[in-house]
Amino acid sequence: MAVLTEAPAPPAGVDFGLTEEQELLREQIRRFAEERIQPGAQERDREHRFPLEIFEEMGELGLLGMLVPEEHGGAGMDTVSYVVAMEEISRVDPAVAVTMSVTNSVCCWPINRFGSEELKRRVLPELASGGALGGFGLTEPGAGSDVGGMRSTARREGDEWVLDGEKAWITNAGHAKYYVVVARTNPEAGKRGLSAFVVPSDAPGFSVGQPEEKMGLRSSRTAQIYFSGCRVPAGNLLGQEGHGFKIALATLDHSRIGIAAQAVGIHQRALELAVQYAKDRVQFGVPIAEHQAVQFKIAQISTELAAARVLTYNAAALDHTPQAGRLSAQAKLYASEAANRACQESLQLHGGNGFHEDYEISRLYRDVRVTTIYEGTSEMQRLVIARHLLS
Amino acid sequence: MHIELTEEQKLLQETVRRFAEEVAGPRAKEIDQTGEFPRSFFDQAGELGLAGVSVPEEYGGAGMDTLSYSLVIEEVSRVCATSGVILSVNNSLVCDPLLKFGTEEQKKEFLTPLAAGRKLGCFALTEPGAGSDPAGLRATARLDGDDYVLNGNKVFITNGTDADIALVFASIDLEKKHKGITCFIVPADTPGYHHGTHEFKLGVNASGTTELAFDNCRIPARWRLGEEGDGFKVAMATLDGGRIGIAAQAVGIAQGAFEEALAYSQQREQFNQKLADFQAIQFYLADMATEIDAARLLTWKAAWAKENQKRYTLEAAQAKLFASEMAQRVTNKALQIHGGYGYTKEYNVERYFRDARITEIYEGTSEIQKMVIADWVLKA
Repeated sequence: MAVLTEAPAPPAGVDFGLTEEQELLREQIRRFAEERIQPGAQERDREHRFPLEIFEEMGELGLLGMLVPEEHGGAGMDTVSYVVAMEEISRVDPAVAVTMSVTNSVCCWPINRFGSEELKRRVLPELASGGALGGFGLTEPGAGSDVGGMRSTARREGDEWVLDGEKAWITNAGHAKYYVVVARTNPEAGKRGLSAFVVPSDAPGFSVGQPEEKMGLRSSRTAQIYFSGCRVPAGNLLGQEGHGFKIALATLDHSRIGIAAQAVGIHQRALELAVQYAKDRVQFGVPIAEHQAVQFKIAQISTELAAARVLTYNAAALDHTPQAGRLSAQAKLYASEAANRACQESLQLHGGNGFHEDYEISRLYRDVRVTTIYEGTSEMQRLVIARHLLS
Repeated sequence: MHIELTEEQKLLQETVRRFAEEVAGPRAKEIDQTGEFPRSFFDQAGELGLAGVSVPEEYGGAGMDTLSYSLVIEEVSRVCATSGVILSVNNSLVCDPLLKFGTEEQKKEFLTPLAAGRKLGCFALTEPGAGSDPAGLRATARLDGDDYVLNGNKVFITNGTDADIALVFASIDLEKKHKGITCFIVPADTPGYHHGTHEFKLGVNASGTTELAFDNCRIPARWRLGEEGDGFKVAMATLDGGRIGIAAQAVGIAQGAFEEALAYSQQREQFNQKLADFQAIQFYLADMATEIDAARLLTWKAAWAKENQKRYTLEAAQAKLFASEMAQRVTNKALQIHGGYGYTKEYNVERYFRDARITEIYEGTSEIQKMVIADWVLKA
């Protein structure tokens, strides 16, 4: 896999093109995804089977620590390259992509950004190489969009933090080795009373619940995680005590770009499937692609894909600027809503076949649904955007 | 991937914003109601280089790139959509084809005064019976010695009441269908050239839209633009570029309406709080801002592709389709946020709402854009 050592100075002005390295990366990942991930996607979905072997390969290729600097074992790439990779993996299997997104965006990213040098050296090389998958424990049964309402606690005891509580909807639960977990360290301080930790899966007092039965992304793993007097070293605190809420929001600002890219990848595939089916399927004596209503559906799916893609790549390219939070929320909001419409329309175009499990679009239709929900619902994205507009 | 304007582009954007607010803005409401063509606006825009933004300086233009052109149209349309389309037509539909297909002599004689804004151009393709299907046009051009003699009627011609020069599409042989279509440069003072009076429209009401009639209108053969039979190609290539201008116009209209709605929501109080404090209004604003950004990026992408000699037919059609339909939704929501006041002439938002409507129709309806897009996607 091509590794960028240092980003070249940005060209003056507007350039919608990818660099040669990014184009090459896209080709390489597309080939890998089509050869190694696509073939078993339908079966894995049916069997709810988590493909550990694929993540080993992805780790070796540097896809699980794309944004981690090379000195910590990562690929040291830029956010646009990460979006390219997420898009390509999502195009063939969104369930594989979510594990990739969680490990990169909500585990490696906050550790790299807020962790101590010692902590980074201890855990990042393992995560970035695929030796360990990552997880993120923010949501609780009673605290979804309202992060501040969480009840999990952490208290300091000597050189350790002791965690108690439970987290829900944890992607990679049971397979991840490191979880970034936010818990309350001060019951009186509201949002300023939250802190973030890295919790290894072998920490005493850590346990994982039964896998959830989900509508889509069935070959990804989702479960609750529990902390019962769970002890982690003091050095596993991210940033400072009381910074947990800020760290969570910063992480989500970043990770939304990954989910936007996931939606773009699914949208791309929904378009490809619609085009292929429309050319193959004959009704009234002609391929249905010759019917204007079908053509217009395809034009609409394609145009909305172009819009979702420019928003997502723009958010990635400008992720270091003051508008980054608004741009990633806009990208995630639009791309996820558009991808849902695209899958709906592509399935419609498949007629009865689209309702059959043998057709890929039926899986995508289920998989895409969660993109408007996780890592901030569409409604939360609108709140974030409005806050930026009105401030 | 690097989406940041150059210093020159930012300066241009600021300059045009100030110019538009000072010159086009104050008259926007009035000309919308009277329908009076704002010729003095065009003259002043010409002095600033806005009549031929992307035309090289040697031919009277400002010598800037396509993205700069889209910024100009957006900024002008943000305060006055009528002024935006007047400039868009002169730039995209008149200067562009003259630059691309004109002879050196034609560029000196016609392009230079048009690009400098000393003369105003119009684009005469549509006919009463040939709208989306221009190949069905009935206007004719007959070679007579060293002249062509034009006969026929054109409708919905923006700038038509005031134009000094028209690009006219006519057939040298109706039997040949689109292969007979040829483009001609016709000065408005040519005997046999007639224009109608301003037509009152739902929106962009002062853009001088009218019909043209050619009654044995005789022009020298050297004023033919391109070869005989090239007209259809000239028209299609021109409309590809024109769509970038209309997409930019739609973005500008939406941006103007959005800004008014944002400001209104922060002033207006109901139930003892600002409208902006209501979640429903916040969500409207969030969706509006998101769609405007998407449309602007699509427009810039098409402009960037054209500037860099990449394929841009698909990109321009997508930008135009998305931006025009976005402008319809955004201006509708902006009016809704204004409530009853939005429905009155006291506020600008009803004008934005009416002006946005045409962007889904002219320079290729949304349906034509979808045909273009589907064609590209299905043959890929």
